Amino acid sequence: MSDYYESKDLDNFPNIAEFAEEEGNKFFDYYEEATAGNELSDRVIALIGLSVAHVNKCPYCIDAFTNKCLSLGISKDEMMEAVHVGSAITAGAINAHSTQMLKILEDKEM
Amino acid sequence: MEPKKQKAVLENVPEEKDFKENLDQGLYADDIDIFQINLCKKCNLSCKHCHVQASPQNDRIMPKKYLQKCLDILKFYPIDTVDITGGSPEMHPNLEWFLNELSQMDLNIMVRSNLVILLEEDYAHFIDVYTDNQVELVASLPGYNQEKVDRLRGEGVFDSSIEVLQLLNQKGFGKEDTDFTLDLVYNPAGSYLPGSQQALEREFKEQLNSKYGIVFDNLFSLINSPVGKFLNYLVKSDNYKNYMHELINSYNEETLQNVMCRNTVSVGWDGTLYDCDFNQMLNLPINNSHNHLSQFDYEALQNRRIEIGNHCYSCTAGGGSSCQGSLEE
Repeated sequence: MSDYYESKDLDNFPNIAEFAEEEGNKFFDYYEEATAGNELSDRVIALIGLSVAHVNKCPYCIDAFTNKCLSLGISKDEMMEAVHVGSAITAGAINAHSTQMLKILEDKEM
Repeated sequence: MEPKKQKAVLENVPEEKDFKENLDQGLYADDIDIFQINLCKKCNLSCKHCHVQASPQNDRIMPKKYLQKCLDILKFYPIDTVDITGGSPEMHPNLEWFLNELSQMDLNIMVRSNLVILLEEDYAHFIDVYTDNQVELVASLPGYNQEKVDRLRGEGVFDSSIEVLQLLNQKGFGKEDTDFTLDLVYNPAGSYLPGSQQALEREFKEQLNSKYGIVFDNLFSLINSPVGKFLNYLVKSDNYKNYMHELINSYNEETLQNVMCRNTVSVGWDGTLYDCDFNQMLNLPINNSHNHLSQFDYEALQNRRIEIGNHCYSCTAGGGSSCQGSLEE
């Protein structure tokens, strides 16, 4: 193993079904169907993908969806806004969990 | 970058398959439906992505005797469409005469305009010339926001383009109930491939209509070919290898059925004949003895073998690309 996270790794993505063909193919079928744009437009799907890619800190997905957004003419402002939406919702989810902490504190403290 | 240097760069695609290896038997034309004429290299703009390397300083224009020869050919042979390009065709001193002559024939006449020249006093009358000759206008607009268009084409170009599109709409271009067609051309503003033409057209229509009240007929989405200024950019920005890799990875054999070189002859400003506009920029003329207007031979050109190279990957990637947009419906 020489390097982690090389952009050329993306070329191997179609091969992830290699040792688990059925599961892999089902994943690709699902992926294709879920991102096909039945009700949502291509640009909405691309912006959701970009946001989720950042939330999951996936360099491959960030590469793929930044390119996807560029290819659809989406502006830098729109892309950054999508990243902030993902970031804010993630921060919101973390902060919302503090209600658990507060509940415990209330139970435990005199 | 000179054509010789461009060809040398394009021959170098390390660890990738050379385009010619995809076609053991070569690629052949099957008709001549489109006669594409590059009137001049002169342009009022100096766009960063221009594959023609046109600019205000480039003075090469087609002599009138060659325009006359084009008319003779179009009069005599069953060619459907004449596609006039440049530089900025409006800067050719004989364009108005040429269009008047062409409109006497049963032809679809396309003119590729950068739009903004139509605001200049000396060229504003071409809007009426286009209306009078029922020209299909094909206008460059590489984005629907100011930042992107001005970055590629120069400061103020977006606002001027919008003003001209509104003027063209007032004349009936792009409106459903008229015969005046207005198409827009989109190409990416960097080292990436365009998305689906259908999705881009929908977005352009929505954005331009809601913000500026502009309507148009079709959006042609083009893949940037690695030639001219764009190749220069790819090399200088160290994007060449990745861009070629993306093109080659997206190669789609099915597009070979419809690539534009198979039904087009491209005419250079000096009368030389090419298989396409990109070969013209690489100085790769048609590979037979009939590669000049003065030796035009319809039958010999109809089934000619096409000159191919690694730049051809840009017309065969994904859904394919041509001067009329994606090859996919």
